[in-house]
Amino acid sequence: MEGIKKMEPTAGIQGLPAQNREEKDHFAPSAFSTNRKKTMMWVFIISDALLFGTFLAVYTFERFISPTWPDRWKIFDPGYLAVMTVVLLSSSTFMATAVEGLKQGKMKRFGFFYTITILCGIGFLGMQAHEWAHFIGLGARLNTNPWGVPLFSGLFFMITGFHGFHVLTGVLILSFIGILKAVGKVSDDTIELAGMYWSFVDLVWVFILAVIYLL
Amino acid sequence: METKTLEAHHKIPGFWRHYIFSTNHKIIGIQYLITSFFVALTAAGMAMLIRLEIAWPEHSWPLLGRIFPGAFPGGVMRPEVYAALFTMHGTLMVFFFLSAALVGGFGNFLIPLQIGADDMAFPFLNMLSYWVYLLGFLVMISSFFFSPGGPASAGWTSYPPLSAIKSAVAGSNWGQSFWIVGMAFFIASFTMGGLNFVTTVLSMRAKGLNMMRLPLTTWALFVTAAVGIFAFPALTAAVIMLFLDRHFGTSFFLPSGLYVAGKLLNNKGGSPLLWQHLFWFLGHPEVYIVMLPAMGFTSDILSTFCRKPIFGYAAMVGSILAIGSLSFIVWGHHMFVSGMNPYLGMFFDITTLIIAVPSAIKTFNWMATLWGGKIQLTTPMLFALAFISLFVTGGLSGIFLAAAPADIQLHDTYFVISHFHFIMAGASLFGILGATNFWFPKMFGKMMNETLGKLHFWITFITYYCVFFPMMFLGLHGEMRRLYDPIQYYTMFKPLQPINVFISINAFILGAAQLIFAFNFFWSMFKGKKASSNPWNANGLEWTLPSPPPYENWEGEPPEVYRWPYDYSYPEAPKDYLPQIVPDKAIAAGNF
Repeated sequence: MEGIKKMEPTAGIQGLPAQNREEKDHFAPSAFSTNRKKTMMWVFIISDALLFGTFLAVYTFERFISPTWPDRWKIFDPGYLAVMTVVLLSSSTFMATAVEGLKQGKMKRFGFFYTITILCGIGFLGMQAHEWAHFIGLGARLNTNPWGVPLFSGLFFMITGFHGFHVLTGVLILSFIGILKAVGKVSDDTIELAGMYWSFVDLVWVFILAVIYLL
Repeated sequence: METKTLEAHHKIPGFWRHYIFSTNHKIIGIQYLITSFFVALTAAGMAMLIRLEIAWPEHSWPLLGRIFPGAFPGGVMRPEVYAALFTMHGTLMVFFFLSAALVGGFGNFLIPLQIGADDMAFPFLNMLSYWVYLLGFLVMISSFFFSPGGPASAGWTSYPPLSAIKSAVAGSNWGQSFWIVGMAFFIASFTMGGLNFVTTVLSMRAKGLNMMRLPLTTWALFVTAAVGIFAFPALTAAVIMLFLDRHFGTSFFLPSGLYVAGKLLNNKGGSPLLWQHLFWFLGHPEVYIVMLPAMGFTSDILSTFCRKPIFGYAAMVGSILAIGSLSFIVWGHHMFVSGMNPYLGMFFDITTLIIAVPSAIKTFNWMATLWGGKIQLTTPMLFALAFISLFVTGGLSGIFLAAAPADIQLHDTYFVISHFHFIMAGASLFGILGATNFWFPKMFGKMMNETLGKLHFWITFITYYCVFFPMMFLGLHGEMRRLYDPIQYYTMFKPLQPINVFISINAFILGAAQLIFAFNFFWSMFKGKKASSNPWNANGLEWTLPSPPPYENWEGEPPEVYRWPYDYSYPEAPKDYLPQIVPDKAIAAGNF
């Protein structure tokens, strides 16, 4: 207690490098020297990750209490799945390259990779829509399917649908702020935040792929 | 300086943007607080009707029959109405009153003031949080008027299959859908608020205000916001699945072979246990969401009115963090009788008992703070002391419920009702009342009336014990909660009925006493004695500003902080308090 009382004002806050402070920020700079929008994005990502975590935990729970579970290798096409995964995951690399280009001021490089990122997102959504259409054509619904365990298709549509919705949101955000960037109405920070969200959505796919398709 | 020129553009907006669609944290905090008080009065009114039915089961009240002919045909409450009332009482009190008042109300008002910031990190998000919360409340309450079949009546926990099958009971149809939508709004609102709080505390503290110099109130609100953000996703997922079960024919929570009204349902393979796991994964942290801020207020109020530093600050912070993190691994203690694996029960048994350790550390630290202090029995102080009393009573009864062998006997009896009305409902209610008395001068620039405050305190404190303590005996005798008529079918409870009458009479006094508070609150707002900037001689940053503070607290010139907020009776200081903004050099010179 004595120690706390006598503690000197924290050193280092005044000595923060200027680029860590937000422009036009009339508040005291952060003690963690992070940008406050980024801090919020991280907290939001953890919260959203827990939402997906809950869904995947539910999937695992229902699978364990079910006496049988459909054989996924007879339902899904591994080749198709591999293409979907490569398309989505590589888009994260493109996004990172775009942000890197932006930071170095190489606007052409940024524009090129940013556009490819959006196209990859749209490509993934198209493939997912096609996959869904295929299963719906086979008679799979939220409460019934031709493979035996009705819960399976309910969980499949709910979880992949929820993820697809996140990808769709990501595509819309990227397109929207891309247009704003083109007319110079958005800061580099915002682009980076969108990049964080995009990488998160891609990372979630890895877990969905593992839990629903592969395991 | 560039900041100066920026400041010139910030002007107080007009009436609508200032008082209604405000992005200012102080206004939003007050909006939250007053709305939640209104919710509390509504839900307390429901409790009065519930007590009326329990004490005089199926008695005819002609007056009520005339006011609510639908709910009280011939003056007698319909059983469906009783179920709807206890469901909505619980939901409104836990989420829309306690959580909203503590986190939305005091969190918004106090965090920026206590960390020396001009506003929250994201003011617009903050405004959105309040309006979404209000929308959620309106959806919930409108189920009384617009939902055919009445509001949800599966209890505030909404266990399936009652909540998942539309034809199960009257309230399972439209009412439950209203409940789901209302909760979804609440979760969205809480998440927006929580993101804001965590970011604000992490990134906007004044110079010199490191984490170990924060007031315990801010610490508690910070951890609470984080707990909420990490716990609510489980309920979000659960509510989405409940919605799919109800409207799209899935069976996430519905097992095979369910018969409803003599008909076999189509559902296959789900488990009602899953809902319980998900609900309580949120539900237990939610208990700490309403406990932790009240603990923070109590620490600050005790220290101020003992004129002593809080005892064991680091241990207090440690226990807040410990309680916050342990709250995620104890949810199974709500499910000892659910058919869950008994070995899993043993795990939850042990983790729950471990939570007693940080809770006891806090209690002993409060005691040690009191010891040798110059105690001033102001109204906020009385509420803080009562908080400790309720916390200990509730905490000790909690140990019985944490132990699976005892809980199997006590589960779903009035013992449980008594326990959580002491610890979660009561202690946090007293926290809110104490904090309102304490920070009212800062909110409105007026003092609350002390005489009315003390009168309100004593009636509330005594009747609170008279209402909830006898329930422990009812519970030990096995009387179950949620009984519409406790004596007609369970004749063994007939000898206990005088206790229920005693409880109900006290409950009516308790309810009426809150009108004293409501009167004091609104009367003082306009006619109260003018408050100085620091009426309690307290140390926190909020007390260095005028009461009420300017629209943009420090108006772009954040204070510098040189010490923690608990330097009361500091040896070298000329007065018995030492605000956080006073540097050591200034003490020697005596100029502050």
